[in-house]
Amino acid sequence: MAPVYDDIEVGHELPPQTFTIRRADLVRYAGASGDFNVIHWNQRVATSVGLPDVIAHGMLTMALAARVVTDWAVDPGRVREYGVRFTRPVPVPDDDQGALLEVTGKVAAKLDDGTVRVDLVATHAGAKVLGRAQAVVALG
Amino acid sequence: MAIDPSYAGRTYPPTDPYEVGVEKIREFAAALGDDNPAYRDRTAAAALGHPDVIAPPTFPFVLTFQASRRMIEDPDLGIDYSRVVHGEQKFAHTRPVRAGDALTVTVTLETVRSAGGHDMITSRSDVATVEGEHVATAWSTLVVRGDG
Repeated sequence: MAPVYDDIEVGHELPPQTFTIRRADLVRYAGASGDFNVIHWNQRVATSVGLPDVIAHGMLTMALAARVVTDWAVDPGRVREYGVRFTRPVPVPDDDQGALLEVTGKVAAKLDDGTVRVDLVATHAGAKVLGRAQAVVALG
Repeated sequence: MAIDPSYAGRTYPPTDPYEVGVEKIREFAAALGDDNPAYRDRTAAAALGHPDVIAPPTFPFVLTFQASRRMIEDPDLGIDYSRVVHGEQKFAHTRPVRAGDALTVTVTLETVRSAGGHDMITSRSDVATVEGEHVATAWSTLVVRGDG
């Protein structure tokens, strides 16, 4: 059921989600997005430039966090705006467990034009990895 | 070396049209592990009022990332790409990108500022159909790390 503007109050919590990011996911995202920056797949290069390990594409983290909004909205086409700051990298180890990304979201404001602003919190290993992560969604 | 802020406002020529295919959208959604039917199935997309399958909200980055190379490789700016990290990203959608769109991207260098020995460059990428319909605008802030 898609959320209805009149039924949603400020403070409404969206269903949280947890995502697992493995090395294979970075390779797949690199291919699909065209971002082949070596720090996302080559540990030797990543560590040589001072990173703790291969890191996830910021845009992959951003896209995964959006799932909390698009799954809730039912129609992803209702997302009018979506922005984030990349505040901390997500290192992805060379193992089967990968890195966990936990995402929560809640309605922070109801705007006059039938849209709501959702504020997202994305954490990895207990630390926020996105800053000012906000989406504006048009509700029915 | 600091980037000259007087280049703010510089606009690069529009890209050649990018033809959005349904299989590309499915590939992109699959890379996110996202099985939302609006990204995969025309009937499901139509039930939501879309003329064809739509792309995830961050999909325009596929186009704008490529388009921004015009700015990143602009010799006047002299950006050392090995020092670039992605600081911020934002999208504003007039409507979702959908299969069948032929899209051009026009990149404008909006602001250049320096802080803490780093340069921060914000570019705006306007994504429109070849017919001139605005689809989305993306803003990217790149941080060019200074020496040491």
